Amino acid sequence: MGKTKEADDRFKKFGTVSFTAITKTNDFIDYLEQNKVMGTRCRDCGMQFFPPRADCYRCLTSHMEWFEVTGTGKLVTYSKLEYGPVGFEKDLPYRIALLDYGNYKVFGRITDGVQDDAIKIGMEMKTTVNRLPNGQVNYVFQPV
Amino acid sequence: MGKVGIIGVGQSAFVRQYPGSIRELAFEGFKNAMKDAQITVKDIDASIICSAPEYDKQRSPAGVFAEYLGLNPQPTFYVESLCSSSSMGLRLAYSLIKSGLHEVVAVIGFQKMSEISSSESQERMGRGADIQWESPFGTMMPAYYAMYARAHMKAYGTTLEDLALIRVKSATYGQLNELAVYRKPVTFEMFSDPKDRMAGPVASPLRVGDCCANADGSSCIIVASKEKARTFSKNPVWIMGLGAASTSVNLAGRNLFTGLTVAHDAAREAYTMAGVGPKDIDVAEVHDCFTIAELMAYENLGFAKPGEGKDLIRSKETYKEGSIPVNVDGGLLSKGHPIGATGGSQIRTVVRQLRGEAGTIQIKDPEIGLVHNIGGVGLYGNVTILGR
Repeated sequence: MGKTKEADDRFKKFGTVSFTAITKTNDFIDYLEQNKVMGTRCRDCGMQFFPPRADCYRCLTSHMEWFEVTGTGKLVTYSKLEYGPVGFEKDLPYRIALLDYGNYKVFGRITDGVQDDAIKIGMEMKTTVNRLPNGQVNYVFQPV
Repeated sequence: MGKVGIIGVGQSAFVRQYPGSIRELAFEGFKNAMKDAQITVKDIDASIICSAPEYDKQRSPAGVFAEYLGLNPQPTFYVESLCSSSSMGLRLAYSLIKSGLHEVVAVIGFQKMSEISSSESQERMGRGADIQWESPFGTMMPAYYAMYARAHMKAYGTTLEDLALIRVKSATYGQLNELAVYRKPVTFEMFSDPKDRMAGPVASPLRVGDCCANADGSSCIIVASKEKARTFSKNPVWIMGLGAASTSVNLAGRNLFTGLTVAHDAAREAYTMAGVGPKDIDVAEVHDCFTIAELMAYENLGFAKPGEGKDLIRSKETYKEGSIPVNVDGGLLSKGHPIGATGGSQIRTVVRQLRGEAGTIQIKDPEIGLVHNIGGVGLYGNVTILGR
């Protein structure tokens, strides 16, 4: 009997509740641990992907390299949730949002503690790594 | 190859907790469609079962239904595109008949959402989006549509009051619909009273009154070739145009947040196939899972220009007496939204309108009707155009 190979399930650390454990983009979690939010870029055609993906549908190849999400994006839209799905009750209320970085967009949460009237569509925000009380990790948007 | 017609339509009452099993629920819509078509199970060549599987405890419901409804040994299979499953089922029935493979097909939609708790159901609806990259942030259907609402408000000056007007219209007709889950009156004033349940926050800017309710229900549409339709039916309703589209599941992959590209794309395809335009539509059923969804549908279907959907509801043009009556059966907001059954219920309403059998909500002499049925947060779109 051979030894059972341990599954690389790093992705189970992503977000308050992760619904995925195994993905070829598991290095995303290691980068988060290093305070970097990363997307992927196809080395054949140069197309940038966020969220990161392992494969390019245009080139039908898997020659990806990581790039860091840096600078600021514009707030496209957001919503503040007063009710959450199962497993997210302790986070309430929280805001989900979308930032436009030009070549790609990033879906995530706005950091807690920002006043409602300080949030405006079109405002510049940056994406930063956020450690959750339950040991999980995600990223949030901060006003600049 | 001739036309394809609808010869029977039926639905169950849409209710909070159906007191029976899924096969018994499916029987209700099926029975009503079969009585409407005045055919027997022997006349049906195949059945297509439509629902969103995450609510089902039964694995592969198609086999269970075919047995219970007397549809063995004919082929049966399951189709899913979230909330537009039964419109997708109709699309498949059309192609099966058009290909000559079958002559009469039953499209059976159902959902027993009460098999699981409301919060579990919300968690499952959140997983209708991208579970790898979005759901870990705690997403829910109302919050996604709320993001569209906020973008629409910012771009075009649409207001919370406009959204309230849509719910008030829905309730006007929901009170008349004996099969609807929500039949109480809803007034504009309820939305400005912070103590009223309608005004309660869900996911800003959407409030309780902006959201449809979960429900249990079933629907059934009997589809037939031209020859069979003429044999069985005195007044078949013909499928004039079908359109379907998809887009990126993750919002990060989209470019439009003031409308649904799938609705626009599916509508364009359906109009082209039918050889008609928005001005030719006499009655429409649109997917108002949230008030903002109906408002965006006005624009995506071409009933109003982008940004001018609010003018249609302010001037009551989408009421029964208006220039383009929309959801005069109460829509999802009043009927409730038993996911897999919803499209079939919308089709039933338009078929009854075109036959002149819609009773208190009958529009004067409609000739062409449209059904707009969306799956997920604008992930899948189906538009169907029907005519006499």
